Amino acid sequence: MYRYDEFDHAFVQQRTSQFRDQANRRLSGELTEEEFRPLRLMNGLYLQLHAYMLRVAIPYGTLSSKQMRRLAYIADKWDRGYGHFTTRQNIQYNWIKLEDTADILEALAEVEMHGIQTSGNCIRNVTTDHWAGAAADEIADPRPIGELLRQWSSLHPEFSFLPRKFKIAVTGAPNDRAAVKVHDIGLRLHKNDKDEKGWEVMVGGGQGRTPMIAVTVREFLPEIQLIPYIEAIMRVYNLYGRRDNKYKARIKILVHEIGAEKFRSEVEAEYARHPSQTTEVDARELARISKYFAMPTLEKQSRIAPHFEDAKFKNKDFARWAKNNLAAHQIDGYTIVNISLKPEGGIPGDATGEQMRVMADLAERYSQDELRVSHAQNIVLPHVKLEDAFSIWQQLVKAELGAANYGLLGDIIACPGLDYCALATARAIPVSQAISRKFADMDTQEKYGPLKINISGCINACGHHHVGHIGILGLDKKGEEYFQITLGGSSGDKASIGSILGPGFAADEVPDAIEKILNTYVKLRQPGEEFLAAYHRVGPQPFKDALYAAA
Amino acid sequence: MTANRLRDGDVVFLTRSGEWALAIDNAVLAQEPQAVAALELRAKADEKANLVTGAYLFGAERIGGNLRAQHIRERIRAQGPTIRTDLGKQAEGTAGAFAAVED
Repeated sequence: MYRYDEFDHAFVQQRTSQFRDQANRRLSGELTEEEFRPLRLMNGLYLQLHAYMLRVAIPYGTLSSKQMRRLAYIADKWDRGYGHFTTRQNIQYNWIKLEDTADILEALAEVEMHGIQTSGNCIRNVTTDHWAGAAADEIADPRPIGELLRQWSSLHPEFSFLPRKFKIAVTGAPNDRAAVKVHDIGLRLHKNDKDEKGWEVMVGGGQGRTPMIAVTVREFLPEIQLIPYIEAIMRVYNLYGRRDNKYKARIKILVHEIGAEKFRSEVEAEYARHPSQTTEVDARELARISKYFAMPTLEKQSRIAPHFEDAKFKNKDFARWAKNNLAAHQIDGYTIVNISLKPEGGIPGDATGEQMRVMADLAERYSQDELRVSHAQNIVLPHVKLEDAFSIWQQLVKAELGAANYGLLGDIIACPGLDYCALATARAIPVSQAISRKFADMDTQEKYGPLKINISGCINACGHHHVGHIGILGLDKKGEEYFQITLGGSSGDKASIGSILGPGFAADEVPDAIEKILNTYVKLRQPGEEFLAAYHRVGPQPFKDALYAAA
Repeated sequence: MTANRLRDGDVVFLTRSGEWALAIDNAVLAQEPQAVAALELRAKADEKANLVTGAYLFGAERIGGNLRAQHIRERIRAQGPTIRTDLGKQAEGTAGAFAAVED
């Protein structure tokens, strides 16, 4: 894992003491709310419905056990004993007091954490594949580039006052788990026939009220040119991006208004204009960073794991969890453990302080001291011996973390919605809970196969409903919550935006509507055909007929 | 008139005596434009005095001595999250009489 150098330490400490001073000046009245608001937001402190909310950055979703324990400590000491893991691989606390915040930031800084880049019109915390550095299908670990981008973009003076927020996602695997095509910039690693690494640069994707799929501006950018090229993109955006209308200020609007060709030529012209050697990636620096992300030295294991196989044979529940929640690791005898934070009827992404400590202990003992937060609001133990999987599962079950629904219907993504969020127009969590309860039976979930249900409580789409196979968007119609259903979204390799099926539903009608959709799918699917593939083959009509024909 | 208390973010309501209370039932209801203006003046002054932040008016009616916010958003603010009834005003004895979600 990346460890702070002196520079990182100094600047985070400095930020924390600056914030303490700013908060004190706000409390004493020296600063008005108008003056203070941007300052608190730059440190991840929002004001929500019931209290302040602190969003803590987890760069590229990677955490050590020590850091996870610190998150648990903060939950217990300054919040209400839990935290919420978000769709941007961060964590949010819902019950924070302004007068405690400087102490919390100090507690975070001690373990190399902070709330910088979790808010404001800057380059936000970079996200990546939650299986980075472990996945069997990976070309190379994308996190060194994530870290490079973090160092380059943190408090970058030229890019701290962009027209709007800016999100970058990076993947080093051909199977996209980082949703790179729905980010402002998405980077995907390729290797050419000479075995050289190059990055495909995609720009102008995004969700929110105007969802768009990114366009590729460079197919194969040599790694050393990455920063200067992104700088050129940022400069074009900074210059031409609209500042007159908040809703048209994201780079996706610019790219799609002037067209991909024109945008690309502007970027290339800007890139050519500036000698790039000053910000070219220094090979030594990248090598230094990369060392922190090297695959840990893993004890050699036999390819066959007799205890694991035996446990699966003897325990059906474990076998089910192993089938659904484990993923292929690069090294023989190892596996990736996906801990579902989606228990039946639970709140997606919420974990108690106690559960965080359990996960931290498991990571320390079985996973090289490392955890990941996934954008699907789950936790990953990236380097686990297959032979340890059964012990881990037993401990997870005890801590109510044993849900075997990873990647299935019950693994629902939902934003905090109107239960917490000041922007929300409807409650997302209760709908998620109702669906989770209705389809609690694991045989039923497995019958429906891999499925992504995403729920957002407003048009800003933090629940990523546009890219859910089934997306649910909560809106307000004259004071009443109602929910629009979209089908066919995907954040995977062939990213697509879901289409609205028809008129919306009341909250209590949503689970039945989902059932009708899924039963329609089961009727028309071909052998082995997953929901998304079936939808793309047949289109929306059969689903519309099932939902609206009788009415 | 509602706001968040500056130091801890708690949801508060302006009372008849010009204090900020945690419970919605203690809120004063403005019926006429003049009363509305007075509440706005008071809230502005208390924002300036660093007691509260983000003050605004919301629609409500008094039913049987209790205050019912028209919009679910305000009823949730007056109660706490509907999915964690062990948290917020509903768990701390400062909730209003009307549930956030009505059947």
